[in-house]
Amino acid sequence: MNASPGLDRRAFLQLLGGGIVVLVSLDPTALLADEARRLYPEDFNAYLVIGRDGRVTVFSGKIEMGQGVMTSQAQMVAEELGVDLAAIDMVLGDTDRCPWDMGTFGSLTTRMFGPALRAAAAQARLVLTTLAAERLGVPADRLEIRHGVAVVAGDPARSVSYAQLAKGARITRVVDRKAVLRAAADFQVMGLSPQRLDAVEKVTGVARYAADLRLPGMLYGRVLRPPMHGASLATLDTAAAAALPGVTVVRRDDLVAVLHADPEAAAAALEAVRATWRLPEAKLDRDSIFGHILAASDELTDVASRGDIGAARAGAVRTFETTYRKGYVAHAPLEPHAALAEFKDGRMTVWASTQTPFPARDRIAAVLGLSAKDVRVITPFVGGGFGGKSASDQAIEAARLAQITGKPVQVAWTRAEEFFKDTFDPAAVVRIASGVDRAGGISLWDYTVYAAGARGASLPYATPNARIRSAGKNSEGPVPAGVGVHPFAVGPWRGPGANMNVFAIESQIDIMAAALGVDPLEFRLRNLTDERMKRVLQAAADAFGWKAAATPSGRGHGIACSIDAGSYVATMAEVRVDPATGRVKVLRIVCAQDMGIVVNPVGAKMQIEGGLTMGLGYTLSEDLRFRGGEILDRNFDTYEIPRFTAAPRIEAVLVKNDALAPQGGGEPAVTTTGAVIANAVFDATGARLLRLPMSPDRILEALAAKGAA
Amino acid sequence: MKNSIKFRLNGRPTTLQAADDRMLLWALRTDLGLTGSKYGCGEGICGACTVVVDGKAVRACVTPLTSVAGKDVVTVEGLAHGGRLHPLQQSFIDHGAFQCGYCTPGMLMSAFALLRETPRPAHDAVVAHMDRNLCRCGAHQRIVDAIEAAAKATAKST
Repeated sequence: MNASPGLDRRAFLQLLGGGIVVLVSLDPTALLADEARRLYPEDFNAYLVIGRDGRVTVFSGKIEMGQGVMTSQAQMVAEELGVDLAAIDMVLGDTDRCPWDMGTFGSLTTRMFGPALRAAAAQARLVLTTLAAERLGVPADRLEIRHGVAVVAGDPARSVSYAQLAKGARITRVVDRKAVLRAAADFQVMGLSPQRLDAVEKVTGVARYAADLRLPGMLYGRVLRPPMHGASLATLDTAAAAALPGVTVVRRDDLVAVLHADPEAAAAALEAVRATWRLPEAKLDRDSIFGHILAASDELTDVASRGDIGAARAGAVRTFETTYRKGYVAHAPLEPHAALAEFKDGRMTVWASTQTPFPARDRIAAVLGLSAKDVRVITPFVGGGFGGKSASDQAIEAARLAQITGKPVQVAWTRAEEFFKDTFDPAAVVRIASGVDRAGGISLWDYTVYAAGARGASLPYATPNARIRSAGKNSEGPVPAGVGVHPFAVGPWRGPGANMNVFAIESQIDIMAAALGVDPLEFRLRNLTDERMKRVLQAAADAFGWKAAATPSGRGHGIACSIDAGSYVATMAEVRVDPATGRVKVLRIVCAQDMGIVVNPVGAKMQIEGGLTMGLGYTLSEDLRFRGGEILDRNFDTYEIPRFTAAPRIEAVLVKNDALAPQGGGEPAVTTTGAVIANAVFDATGARLLRLPMSPDRILEALAAKGAA
Repeated sequence: MKNSIKFRLNGRPTTLQAADDRMLLWALRTDLGLTGSKYGCGEGICGACTVVVDGKAVRACVTPLTSVAGKDVVTVEGLAHGGRLHPLQQSFIDHGAFQCGYCTPGMLMSAFALLRETPRPAHDAVVAHMDRNLCRCGAHQRIVDAIEAAAKATAKST
């Protein structure tokens, strides 16, 4: 996407067939919902081709980073087209071959691209059935589709296969009506959990990630990094590096790099580069950042407003005012960013670990001064993304170096570079003033979120008086270093904004329930009018074995619920807190989720388990250390992500709702992690933690404060 | 500067010319084109590069190639035999024990070393052994399930 002065980058969407359209919505979900029909091609040939051998190649701009969409998308096509799953080959994230896509984020693959993909496969089936009827001289309604073959009902000798009809070519026949999607009750491939298409490759080491790719004559490029964000180069001496055998030194504008045919030799050459830097004053750290965020966020945007806040505050029988905080969190995928670029015959091809191949293509073209049609981005398997592989800077670096040197160049970031160049989940603050009436109903909800964004800020509970406001840039799109209130780049992180908002909302609900001496599940059910949420809470309670009690009960049971990406989720957890060390041991988690039609139940459960496990990081241990623009955490020794000993038993429960089209699955569960654990810690100890992560020192501090009170 | 290093790699005699400071990971990935072993942290912390040397799980990113001279090295590419997946590999598939797959080779090799040493490890022993391998996708409980199931299946069949 081209950067345009004064306008948010994410406001631009390139449409198929060229041209730029400006969309004003701030929520990419709503934006895609409105524009999906225009953005995704109508012609089913853009999504699939049927070869002479009967194999079906499916083209999708979505990428596979672990979420299982290589398989779930193939299931959708197999179901709607009427072929075996084993007959499908997936081509993902190749900008030359796949229909345009904005990127793989926001739990949008199944709920936004899915309908377009299913519709394309269904339309192909309709057209092929029509062609088969003409070929066989029977009415179309006498045909049955079995494993990619149209068979005359009751006369199996008469048949014609998709392969014979399509012959690997574009199908130009147009049928003047829209195919109907298959009903959930008739599913034969969707709704099941077949072996993942990437399974054998991934357990044999055959699966290729960007850093695994090799081209003849390629060089490994290492880029010089400043010691902190905001630093500028003062002096540079590359003579010693250039003197090493086989080293190429590149200096072009802001880009300083050394290249070598061997990765360890390239690393040694970078060590030999002498640079000095002008450093900005480092003022902020992980404790002072919150005051800075509050001071810098002067403009509040209304997200929702109803009733009379002033009157509600005066009329409440009890009011509760709380401030919640959360630190910066790294994406830390196990695969650091990598890209391989080759410039050949005026065309740039870049294999990149990216969640956004099409926007990456456009950025590469803009930076290199090429037309977008002369740039191709191909996405191999991506080793985790979680929102962090949207900026694609490594692809730009590789492409620039390939253009400058005329040789294929691979840029694979080290772990320290991965931490330095990350677009972190922003530190954030939420302030809530809430109140209850005589009947125990929520009569006041005055909510302001700073720096996290408004996703997940809506209150799922019924209240007559609510005001919800958001300040500062939200985290739906990357915000580069030097822009906004943060000392380095921030961006979307699995469940962006919602992790902070749900932590604050669901903690506040628990505070009110505890003050009234009401069981927290009962308090929630009492204040909910949304039947879907009640059902999901009940499903979680049944699976968990929830027994009503006022908190703190000493049992260490917690509860939290949220609505995200169209899915409803309710989570319950049991924890034990060691009063001597402040360590929280999560014993078990139960999570119930209503996500509409489930395309692949095991895949959906894996996303729930994965989200909750990952969420335990920002909840208990992950809190980026920095000094101004200097990132102090550079590896997993000091930045602690959840390990096996921290991973609890998780039971995921899928609440059946086949009346609803498939909803998002990658993010909803993770949004409940902070609150469910904070509420369980309160139930165990009576100490209320208002800041994430709830590291042992903060737990001890809270326990001491409670003891002193 | 360069030495000739001889070792067995996935059952085959292998010879490499390498400098003293060449790390096993880059010898595998660059000199031998075996890219199953992954770079994740470069400091032996995350376990994505885990390979098995003389039966022990080691971190290839901090293991000098010279140190494996005369030894037996097994990488993820050496687990399957004759087109048949190793029981651990099959069990990882059956239990959905991976998502992005990037940590998977290291997980498999750590588990492979564990089961060679302790064919029927207790649950807590599996968790403790795997604790030094990092997974960001959150496949932990399925990885543990897969290892325990593979141990059980292997014990039954032998």
